[in-house]
Amino acid sequence: MKKVCTKIVNIVGNVLTVQAEGVAYEELAEVSTSMGRSLAQVIRLDKDRVYLQAFQGSRGISTGDEVKFLGHPMQVGFSSNLLGRIFNGSGEPIDGGPAITENLIEIGGPSPNPATRVIPSQMIRTNIPMIDVFNTLVESQKLPIFSSSGEPYNELLARIALQAEVDMIILGGIGLKYDQYIYFKETLEEGGALSRTIFFMHTASDPIVEGLMVPDMCLAVAENFALQGKRVLVLLSDMTNFADALKEIAITMEQVPSNRGYPGDLYSQLAARYEKAVDFDGAGSITILAVTTMPGDDVTHPVPDNTGYITEGQFYLKGGRIEPFGSLSRLKQQVNKDTREDHRAIMDGMLQLYAQYNETEEKRAMGFRMSQWDQKLLKYGQLFEKTMMDLKVNISLEKALDEGWQILAQCFEPEQTSFRSELINKFWPKAK
Amino acid sequence: MNKNNGKIVSVNGNMISVEFEGDILQNEVAFAVCGDKKLKAEVIKIEGNIAFLQVFEYTKGIKVGAEVAFSGNMLSVQLGPGLLGQVYDGLQNPLPELAKEFGYFLPVGIERSAIDMKKKWTFNPIAKKGEKVKAGNVLGYVKEGLFKHNIMVPFYLQGEYEIQDIASPNDYNCEDIIAKIKDEKGKTIDLTMVFEWPVKMPIKAYDEKLSPKETMVTKQRLIDSFFPVSKGGTFCIPGPFGAGKTVLQQLISRHAQVDIVIIAACGERAGEVVETLKEFPELIDPKTGKSLMERTIIICNTSSMPVAARESSVYTGCTLAEYYRQMGLDVLLLADSTSRWAQAMREISGRLEEIPGEEAFPAYLESRIAQFYERAGVVKLLNGEKGSLTIGGTVSPAGGNFEEPVTQATLKVVGAFLGLSRDRANARKFPSIDPLESWSRYKSFINEEIAEDAKNIMVKGDGVDQMMKVVGEEGTSMDDFIVYLKAEFIDSVYLQQNGFDSVDAASSSQRQEYVFAKLYKDILKKEFSFKEKEDARTFFYSLRQAFINWNYKEMGSDLFKTQEKKIDDLLQEKGK
Repeated sequence: MKKVCTKIVNIVGNVLTVQAEGVAYEELAEVSTSMGRSLAQVIRLDKDRVYLQAFQGSRGISTGDEVKFLGHPMQVGFSSNLLGRIFNGSGEPIDGGPAITENLIEIGGPSPNPATRVIPSQMIRTNIPMIDVFNTLVESQKLPIFSSSGEPYNELLARIALQAEVDMIILGGIGLKYDQYIYFKETLEEGGALSRTIFFMHTASDPIVEGLMVPDMCLAVAENFALQGKRVLVLLSDMTNFADALKEIAITMEQVPSNRGYPGDLYSQLAARYEKAVDFDGAGSITILAVTTMPGDDVTHPVPDNTGYITEGQFYLKGGRIEPFGSLSRLKQQVNKDTREDHRAIMDGMLQLYAQYNETEEKRAMGFRMSQWDQKLLKYGQLFEKTMMDLKVNISLEKALDEGWQILAQCFEPEQTSFRSELINKFWPKAK
Repeated sequence: MNKNNGKIVSVNGNMISVEFEGDILQNEVAFAVCGDKKLKAEVIKIEGNIAFLQVFEYTKGIKVGAEVAFSGNMLSVQLGPGLLGQVYDGLQNPLPELAKEFGYFLPVGIERSAIDMKKKWTFNPIAKKGEKVKAGNVLGYVKEGLFKHNIMVPFYLQGEYEIQDIASPNDYNCEDIIAKIKDEKGKTIDLTMVFEWPVKMPIKAYDEKLSPKETMVTKQRLIDSFFPVSKGGTFCIPGPFGAGKTVLQQLISRHAQVDIVIIAACGERAGEVVETLKEFPELIDPKTGKSLMERTIIICNTSSMPVAARESSVYTGCTLAEYYRQMGLDVLLLADSTSRWAQAMREISGRLEEIPGEEAFPAYLESRIAQFYERAGVVKLLNGEKGSLTIGGTVSPAGGNFEEPVTQATLKVVGAFLGLSRDRANARKFPSIDPLESWSRYKSFINEEIAEDAKNIMVKGDGVDQMMKVVGEEGTSMDDFIVYLKAEFIDSVYLQQNGFDSVDAASSSQRQEYVFAKLYKDILKKEFSFKEKEDARTFFYSLRQAFINWNYKEMGSDLFKTQEKKIDDLLQEKGK
C-alpha cells in the first residue's frame, strides 16, 4: 500500500515538507505536478513532518500537489542491457530507449568489509606517458583530476575512456555542460567504445540536486558488475558540482556550515563515494577517476582539500598537461616493479632532471649566465615536454620508456645521469 | 537498572530523537528497530523525556514511531585473552569473522562477540583463597602469544573482596568461572576471564601515575635523536595530504620498541588498512622473532564506515591499550587520524544544533582532545610493576594549515610535535618532519647539548639558503657556504631515512648514538677550508654519498666497517 498525501506544508529551496506517518528515512516519493512527475527523497523526519528533497527542483510545485511515497529508497535497474545506454540523474533513459525496470538494486549500499579487500596489483594502461610511466593508474585506485576550469579535463577523461584497458566504463556527469555531454557521446561513439559504456548524465541545465544521485547510481551499477567479475572504470565529472549541491541542500536545511559554507560532513559524503573503489578478493574491481575543478585554482579549497585526504593520489592538470610534481599515484609502487626493469629508474631519473631543468629555467628567466650543463638541461626540458608531457602523445608504456632513453641520449652523456650502470649498458641507445 | 523502551520521534541523518519513560543513562547503548534489524545507538543528550541518540549504522529505512530498546549499559568493550592479533571495527566487532559470515559487504545491525568465548586458555592462579583483593588485582595469568596475560579483578568492582574460591591450573574457556569472590556484605560474585568496561571511562585501577622519562625508541633517527617521545608520553603528527603521515605511522608501528601496538585507523582510506592487514602477519618482529601481528590490534573504521562508530573507534582502541598497560606492558596507541574523529564530533554537534565554535567544531573539542591524550601515561600498578601507554595521533589539517582548531587543540596537550611539511615531501625528503618547526619536551638518549648544537647549524644553514636565493652563490662568503653545506649534509645523511630499505628503515639507539657522535665530532665541529665553492660542494657531495651508503650497511658487519673506513679516508685526505 502506497501512502499518498495531498498537502505540501512548506516549500523552501528545493526542500518540500509534508505531513505523513510511517515514512522511512531516505524513502523515495513521487510528486505529481501540472508539469509532470518528479522524484523526491526523504532527508529528514520530525514527528509527522517529512522533509523531501525534490530532484527536479521545487519550481512549479503547488501546495496542493500529490506526493506519493513509493515504499523503497532510490533504486536503479541493473542488467547487461545497460551497456551503451544513457540515463539522466534520476535514472530515466534519455536516449529514447526503454526504461530498465527489471532487477532493481538499491543505491548507496553498505561499505565493503576491509577484511575482504586485496592489495591492488594490476596496472591499468592508458597509453598516456604521464600516467603510465610517471604516475601509473592501478586497478581499484581512486584518483581525482585536480584542475582549474578551462583545462581540457573532459578531453582527458574521454581519452582515458577510449584507451583504458578495462572491461567497461561508467561515465557520470554532474552539472556537465550540454556540449561536453555531446562531446563525450560523439567521441566514444567514433572510438567504438559506446557499447562498453554506460552514461548517467546530469547536465548543467538540470536542477542541481538531481546531480546528487549520479555518483551513487554509477557506483551501485559498477559494484554489481564488479561482483560479477568485471573490471569497471568509473569516470565522474565534476565532483565539485556534487559538493556544491550538497552545500545547497545543507544550507536549505539550516545546517551549521563548517568551511566556506560546506556542510561538516563533506569529508564523509565524499569518502562514502570514493571508498567504493575496491578490488574484491575473487571478483572484479572498481577504479574511480573523478574531475575536481578547483575554484580559483586553490588546492586548499574545501572540495579538493577533503578529496586529497580521501583519494590515493591526484593528477594535476595545468596548462593542458599533467603536472609531474604535484601529481601522485600512491599505488604506483605496487605495480611498476613488474612492468619493465627500467621503469622505476626512468620515472625517478627523468623527473629529477626535469626538476633541475625547472630551476635552470628560473635562473635563465632571471638573467643568470647559462653554463654548458644548463644548456643541456634546457634542451632536455623542451624535449621532455614535447615527447612525454603533451597530452596528444599516445604511445604504449614500453614505447614511452624507449623514448625516454632516446631523449636522455640526445642531451647527456651516460655518466651525467644517475642511472645504474647495468641499466645504461642495456638501454642506453648506441651511437650510430 | 531497569531496561526502558522508547519510540522514535525524529530522524536527522545518523541522529534520532527518542521519547522515553523512566530513567536512562547518558551514553547508554540502545537498539533502534529498523525493519527486521536492530541498529545500535548511543545516548548523547537528554532533554526532558526526549533522548538524542547517535546511530552507529546507516539510518536508511528507519521510521518515526519505531521501537527503541535501551540496554541499561554504557558503550563498552570486552576485555580478556584473545584480543591480540585481531582486527575490529570501531565497536569491536571482529571484521574477518563478519567477512566469513556475510561476504564482501559489512552487514547492518549485526553484532559479534569480540572474544572467542569457546577458546581454551591455560589458567595459572596467582592469588590464593582467602586473600583480600580489589579492582585491578591479579588473580592469575594465561599465556597469550608472547605475553603473560594477567587475569584481573574486573575494574568496575568497587571496594574490597575476599577470594572464596579460585580455579586450579587447567584449561578453561572464557565462559568458565575461574574465581568466586565475596564482597563486604557477604554477596558472592562469579568471575570469568572476560569482563566489560565502558570505553569513554579511563581505567584507573592502578596505584599512581608517574612522569614519563624513558625514551620510546622508534628507530627513526629524526624522531629519536631530535624530537624524542617518551614511553607514556604523547605526540602528534600533523601534515597536509601526501606528506607521508600514514607511511610514518606505519614505520613507527613496525619499529617502535614497545610490547604492544594498537592501531586505530579512524576515518581513513581502507586501502591503507588493507596493507597493514595483509603485510603485518608476514613481517617478523626482530625482537621476538614472531610475526608483527602477534603484538598488534587493529581497530578499523575507514572513511566510508558509519560516522558515529568512527567517534567511538579511538576510545575503543584507547581502552584496549589501557587494559594491556594494566599488565605491566608498554603499549603504543596510534590514532590515524584524530581530525576525522573531531569531524565526527562536529557532525553530531551540528545535528544537535549546538552553538558552533571555530570552523563549526563544537566548543568542547579542546577538552575532548585533552581528555583523550591524558589517558596516556606511565603508571605504577597495584603489584608495583610499571606499565606505560604512549599515544600518537596524526592530524589532517584542512588545507595543510596548522592554525586550524584540531591542530591547535592537540598542540596544547601533547608532549611532542612532529609537523610534516609539504615542501619536504615534494622534495622527496622522508620522513618529511620539519626539523625547524617541530619540538619535543621529552629527553633523548642523545646528549641534549650536541643535539641542540646540530639543530643550530640547521637553523643557520636555512638562513644562508634563504639569503643565497637573493644574492646568489657568488655573494655568499665561504664560511656561510660551508655552514649551508653542513646543514644540507645533516639533512641528507641523518634526518632522511629510507623507509623502504631493510637496514636503513630501522636505526637502533646504539647505532644512532654511534653515528651521531661521529657525524658531530668529525664533520659538524670540524673546520674545513676550501679554495673554491665548487671544491667544497664536490667534497661534501662525495662525503654524503659515502655516508648514505654507510646507512645501508648493517651495523657491525664487515661492509659497515669498510664503508666507515672510506668515510675516514675521505676526511683524512681533506685534512691534509
